[in-house]
Amino acid sequence: MASISFQNVTKSFGDFNAVSNATFEINDGEFICLLGPSGCGKTTSLRMIAGLETPTSGRIYIGDRDVTALHPRDRKISMVFQDYALYPHMNISDNISYPLKVRGENEATRGERAQEVADVLKIGHLLDRLPAQISGGQQQRTSLARALVNPSQVYLFDEPLSNLDAKLRLEARGFLHHLQHSMGMTSVYVTHDQAEAMALATRVAVMDQGRIVQFATPMEIYRKPATTFVANFVGNPPMNLLPVEAMVADNVLKVRAEGLEVADIPMQRSFAEAVAVNPKITMGVRPEHLRATAEAENVVRGKLFANENMGAEKLVTIERPDAARFTARIFTDDDIILTEDVALGFSSKHITLFDADGNRLALDDE
Amino acid sequence: MTLSFHQMLSRISFSVLTAIIGIAFALPLLWFLFAPFNARAELGLEIPAVFTLQNFYTVFENKFAMRGLLNSFIQSVGGVVLVGISATLAAYALSRSDVPGKKSITYILLLFSSVVSGSAAMVPIFLIISSLGLIDTHIAVILVFAGGLLPTAMFILRDFIDGIPKSYEESAMVAGASSMQAFRDVALPVIRPGIVVVVVWAFVNIWGSFLIPFILLRSDELMPASVAIYSFYSEAGTPIVTLLAAYALIYSFPVISLYLFVNWKFGFRFFGGIKA
Ligand SMILES: Nc1ncnc2c1ncn2[C@@H]1O[C@H](COP(=O)(O)OP(=O)(O)OP(=O)(O)O)[C@@H](O)[C@H]1O
Ligand SMILES: [Mg+2]
Repeated sequence: MASISFQNVTKSFGDFNAVSNATFEINDGEFICLLGPSGCGKTTSLRMIAGLETPTSGRIYIGDRDVTALHPRDRKISMVFQDYALYPHMNISDNISYPLKVRGENEATRGERAQEVADVLKIGHLLDRLPAQISGGQQQRTSLARALVNPSQVYLFDEPLSNLDAKLRLEARGFLHHLQHSMGMTSVYVTHDQAEAMALATRVAVMDQGRIVQFATPMEIYRKPATTFVANFVGNPPMNLLPVEAMVADNVLKVRAEGLEVADIPMQRSFAEAVAVNPKITMGVRPEHLRATAEAENVVRGKLFANENMGAEKLVTIERPDAARFTARIFTDDDIILTEDVALGFSSKHITLFDADGNRLALDDE
Repeated sequence: MTLSFHQMLSRISFSVLTAIIGIAFALPLLWFLFAPFNARAELGLEIPAVFTLQNFYTVFENKFAMRGLLNSFIQSVGGVVLVGISATLAAYALSRSDVPGKKSITYILLLFSSVVSGSAAMVPIFLIISSLGLIDTHIAVILVFAGGLLPTAMFILRDFIDGIPKSYEESAMVAGASSMQAFRDVALPVIRPGIVVVVVWAFVNIWGSFLIPFILLRSDELMPASVAIYSFYSEAGTPIVTLLAAYALIYSFPVISLYLFVNWKFGFRFFGGIKA
């Protein structure tokens, strides 16, 4: 196992920067998720760790080795590819043990190790089949087995679960989590599924257009999203964002928008600075912090837009006069009666504010 | 199910039409199968009264014709090996590396290849081969065919390799393989069906060609079967149908068996990438 370090790494294709000036450290034994929308540079970052792509500038270290220009074979890594990349002409056993073959292990050892790992992953009975003869979930586990059979310093995963159906995906996610905990392997895991990232990662790197916008623990990313982009990307459904007009008065902050009543917010240094620059700021509240209410303060009002039942909870969406939507996650047990006009209430402590550029406004005691 | 009179009529006429077309194509094939075993074969189709192998015995005694089959074999195999190996390596490089302008390289070569193997280039080819001192050698025939067939072979194979995910070799390299090992262990077996197609195509091309060996070769000992077949024409230029038919059947045998073999062994099917 080893740490990974990116120092000012940029990767350009022509004049397009797929990854821009990324600098971060991954500690030994961490499970890092690279999270972001399609095309933001997650795979490119991962491939640079693997050595399948060479940075245009900057340096990459694995442990204390500078691997920036090292051939993939010399990096002591394992990788699970998004399309699994199982060799179609080799049976499952040979597929799994291929890394041992190139390292010169004899046939008996290879067979044994493949059987061991396959048994753990519950594909031990499929070893004689060809990849085309097993299911998608079994292919996924085969590619996982091939990565695990080979003791490595770093394990890389490129959306390994994205081709699985919802149920299998949850199962595989649980298994990966268990594996990570029992083996403590340094892992970098690419996904665009925020729930997967939150569930698996010790820390999450949220990427947007080639930049890392926030690199923090899942809890911190959830509670203190660095930008409106992160707030809008993390959470299911994501944070409700509302443009508001802010005003500083007598050590409180007043925010105003149509159909919105917010109690005065205690003043913070960052608030004053932001409002002085531009009073058009953004207010965010997470859906799970909203509830149907009859109170007059800390409410947002609108017309009922959708009411989706999810079993344990339901998603109530309202449309506000400015056409912005607000979604609340409400326990089905809280039997509420929804009329055409809905008021959703929240508590002051669940408000997150962002300045006009979309950066989160910190509280004084942070 | 009942059909209207109109539907019935159209079905019947369709069947009759296809039958006629089918027969038109089948007749020469039937002749091709029957004539060699007929001691008195003519150009007309005729089921032999007695099946005989006499025609074949006579053909086997013709040293020049037999030698021709061997020569055809040498030239075809030589050309196929050269085309197969070069096209695989070139196509792999063109598909996987980022050589600038690699697309146009293939297209320009493809454009020229039709010139190289065409009759228009016969004089310059003759001059080049002759200045290389290779006139009247198997090498000359093999080289010219390889030159003519390579671009198309490269083109077919490059397309084929383009369709194979790069992640195969990448995963092999991450697993610890060198680029060479990744090519040999992973890429090559996956590309093999494509190579087989190219090899069969090249073999058939060389085996059946007449003009190039006819021009580049002098001595009887080197002439391929396509030229040697003229030894079954009388001095006056009329074919000796019985022997010609027998020889033609032998001549076509390798090509047919190659198709059958490849079809049995590989089934002309391709491994695709795995999609879940
Ligand atoms: N070989 C390449 N040549 C040119 N552009 C590329 C190349 N590889 C990636 N890109 C571009 O770089 C950007 C980042 O690609 P990348 O594959 O890292 O995205 P991603 O975050 O993994 O997206 P996804 O979630 O869709 O897999 C994309 O805009 C992509 O078009
Ligand atoms: Mg990707």
